Parts: sequence; C-alpha cells; structure tokens
Amino acid sequence: MNSRRSVTWVASLLLLASLLVSVMCLRRVDRLRAGATLEEVLYITSPQTLKRFSLGYDGLLADIYWTRAVQYFGRKHNVDSDRYDLLAPLLEITTALDPHLLVAYQFGANFLAPRPPSGGGMPDKAIELTEFGIRNNPDDWNLYYQLGFIYYMEKKDYPNAAKAFERGSRVPNAHPFLRILAAQMAQHAGELEMARMLWVTTFQSTHDKQIRANAYNHLLALKVDEDVTHLENAVTQYGQKTGNLPPSISAMVAAGLLPEIPLDPDGNPYKLMPDGRIEVGSPQNFSFIERGVPPGYKPPRPKFRQPPD
Amino acid sequence: MNSRIVHIAANTFREAVRDRVLYNLIAFALLLSGAAIFVGQISIDIEKLVVINLGLTTVSLFGVVIAIFIGIGLVSKEIEKRTLYTVLSRPVRRWEFIVGKFMGLAGTLVVNTFFMAIGVFAALLYVSHRFHKPDAWILVALYFIVLQFLIICSLALLFSSFSSPLLSAVFAFSLFVIGSFAEDLRGFANMAHGLSRWLATVAAYLVPNFSALNVISSVAHEQPVVGSLIFYNTAYAFTYAAMALCGAVLIFERRNLK
Repeated sequence: MNSRRSVTWVASLLLLASLLVSVMCLRRVDRLRAGATLEEVLYITSPQTLKRFSLGYDGLLADIYWTRAVQYFGRKHNVDSDRYDLLAPLLEITTALDPHLLVAYQFGANFLAPRPPSGGGMPDKAIELTEFGIRNNPDDWNLYYQLGFIYYMEKKDYPNAAKAFERGSRVPNAHPFLRILAAQMAQHAGELEMARMLWVTTFQSTHDKQIRANAYNHLLALKVDEDVTHLENAVTQYGQKTGNLPPSISAMVAAGLLPEIPLDPDGNPYKLMPDGRIEVGSPQNFSFIERGVPPGYKPPRPKFRQPPD
Repeated sequence: MNSRIVHIAANTFREAVRDRVLYNLIAFALLLSGAAIFVGQISIDIEKLVVINLGLTTVSLFGVVIAIFIGIGLVSKEIEKRTLYTVLSRPVRRWEFIVGKFMGLAGTLVVNTFFMAIGVFAALLYVSHRFHKPDAWILVALYFIVLQFLIICSLALLFSSFSSPLLSAVFAFSLFVIGSFAEDLRGFANMAHGLSRWLATVAAYLVPNFSALNVISSVAHEQPVVGSLIFYNTAYAFTYAAMALCGAVLIFERRNLK
C-alpha cells in the first residue's frame, strides 16, 4: 500500500513538473518560431492545390488562412512595415477556398489598398480581390461600394469609381447613398466633399467597431483639412487686400473673411504661423490629417478614437 | 535502467515484430521508389523537393498510425488476453509495466524510422545523384518526427490505460490533428478576449504542439534549423511524453483489474 502511495506521489509531482517544463519549453519554441506559420515563404501558393488537399474541408481551411492573413497584417502593421509580400497570396488563398467569406474581401481590401504603413500599398490587388468577391457574391452592395472607394481614394480614378457605385446602386437593398455617390463621382465633385460622403457612408453602413472608428477618425481629419484650407484661403485673401500677412485669426474675422474663429474637432483654436501657414494645435490627436501640420512632421502610428454613442 | 522495464520493452518490441508491424516498410519502399522514378519523369526541377516532402510525410504518417494503433492496445490487449495478470503476479510494478510498454513501442518506432530514413536517402540519391550539405537537415526533420512519435506513444498509452481501444484511437488521432494546428490555436487565443482568451490559451498549451516539430517543408527548401529549436523541441517532447506517462501511471495504479 505504501509503495503504491509513493508511486502516486512521485508520478503526480513528476506530472506537474513535466507540465511546467513543457509549457516553458513551448514558450521558448514559440519565441524561436515567431510567426512560423506566416514565414515569408508560402510553400503552397496555389489555391487550387490547397483546395484539393483540403479534402472538402475547404471552409475550415479558409478560416485558418483568414486568421493567418489577419495575424500577418497585424504583425507587419505593428512594426510599421512597408512590405506586405504575403498579404495578397494569403487573401487569394482564403477567398479561393471560400469565395463567400465576405469578411475576407471587406477587411482584406482595406488591408491591401492603403499606402504603407497603414496598409499594403497594393490598390490593384485590392481591386482584383474585390472584383473576385463581386463575381462570387454579386448581390452584396458593400463590395461595389468598396470597389468604388478604392478607385476613388487610392487610384483617383473617377470614371471607374462612378461605374462601381453605379453597379452597386442596381443591387437590391443597396444603400441609397450609392446612387448619389455615383452621380457625384461622375460630376467629379470636390475632393473633400466626396471623401466626406464616402466616410459617412462607411460609418453608417457598418456595425463593426473598428471600421466605424476608422471612418470616424477619417471624418475628424477631414474636418481639420477643410478648416485649414478655409483658413489658408482667408490668409491669402487678407494678403491680397492689405498687402500684409494677418497678425491673428481674429484679424481675419474682423476683416470679414471668416464668419467666426474656427475650432478643431477637440474645440481648440488653430495656430497662425509667422509665415502665414495654419497649423493644428495637436496634430497627433488627428490621425490621417494631411494639412495643418508642421514642416517635416512624421505622423505617429494612427490612434483610433472611438466615436461618441 | 531497471531490468524489469528492459524486459517488458524488449517483449513489446518482439511482439510488434511478430505482429508484422515492420511490414509497413515494404509498402514504404514501394511507394518511395515508385514516386522517385515517376516524379523524375513528369516534373521539372522539383524531383528532389517531392521526394523529401513525400518521404518525410510518409515516415511521419506511417509512424503516427503505428504509434496509435499499437499504443492503444498495449494495456487493453494484455487485460483482454489475461497476460497482464501473469506479468503483475511477478515482482513487476504497474508503473514499470507502463514505462516498459512505452519504451518498447518507442523502440519499435525508432527502428522503423531508421529503415525508412535509409529509404528516403536512397530515393534522394537516385533523383539528385549525390548528396549536398543541406541534405543533412533531413536528419533533423527525422529526429523531430521521432520526437512526435514519443508524444503520440505516450498519449496512446495514456488513453489505453482507461479507455477502450476504439475510443483511445479516436482520442489519440484527434489530439494529433489538433496538435498539428497548435500554432493556429495559439493564434486564435491571441485574438480572443476575456475568458475565451484564457480558456483558449490553456487549451493551446495543454494539447501537444506538433506544428513546431514539423520542419518538413523548410528542410525540403534547404532551410537550416536553429540549434536552440532542436534543444527546446527535444526538451518539450520529452517533458510532454513524461507528463502523459505520469498520467497513465496514475490512472493504471488506481485501476481495478479484478
């Protein structure tokens, strides 16, 4: 009996010690193989081959590849990488395995299209991916909207953007904004106005927190860009009128060039610089702004402020 | 080592040989030699790649099948044939029986892998006419495959100590499949939040990690394997196998054999 008890004790202690050591070893192995599943080599690059290897379980394999694509993008994005070589093949494999995995098109194109470090800087690949999505899911208006969005935002290709919005507007239950967007795009409306419409549509048409936060932050940045443009126009007009740079923003209000002193989305006034430029007080608070930043300003990694409920 | 364990291990090995387990080597030899000749005729420039991938994958899969199907019967068969009572009526402790069985099965698989490795290298020599320095990494891949076998043997034995052969096979094979996706499982865990993250992390560390032990694709592409990975994989496989064996011993010690 005593012998059996001692065996039980020794085996229990050994079991716990082995568990502890095995977890420690595994953590070291993980560190050594960081991102091993996402190595910069895809051994099987052909989606068709993978589909055959999946033995019919292509849905599960697509989910796994989608997770890998997200991890790959996240890992690269976190180190501000300017190369996302595996992103397009990973998304291609994912969508070939499951052509109805809409999330892979919606997020995937958003990973691919924007310029680094925000994305992969591959708008053509994003367009290819979205077109593939449309071929397989022709009744999803979001994909047409996304296609037009990429054409407009990343390629500045107005005719194709208008065409994409127009195709989407014909889909049953499409967002009514698509028809307006198609018309505006065809007329080649002002850049800021068009961008605002696109981000508002994005904001309104999704329940995803991250996409809403992204759209909200772009809208804040657009407001700043628009204010800075107005203020700089007013500075030019003041110069033309008086032959001097305005001493302050309130001087431009007094001269009737501005209805009031504009404030940034946080309620802070803009700064008039000695050379007549306009700067926003805290540019780091507004990711994605393109105007009103000091010369040589390097934007930090985008911070996503959550929209108010 | 304890002489009783050695005797049980030797008997287990002999029994496996008598059960014609090593006949799988004939199927392996036919498959690999056929593939080497066939691939050479139909592919361009990937003969070597195919032979390494096919050879190592076959070594792994054959071994896994052998480990599971012999491992699950190691205890239950002895009970069924009532030979266990003869063994335990001698001065052999139950833990010695479990450890001996594990050693015997692991030995069978090592011998089996050794002969298969000769086959892989022979096929490689046939397609590439001479060995190159990076071919040595194939040995590391084979070593990792043996480590995989140790884990699977211990798991099969663990399940065999309390369950029927059929269920043991299902459990062991399921863990092999889950363990092959262990890194993805940890990826899921990292993306989860709250309680589900905690549960997924625990599950990810409890299931065996076979993906870290699979370097077949990278050695086929002549990529080296770092020394520290060999060290930690070795430590991991031995401790994981020890953990499963301890579990088997604990269950078997308390099992009522009457």
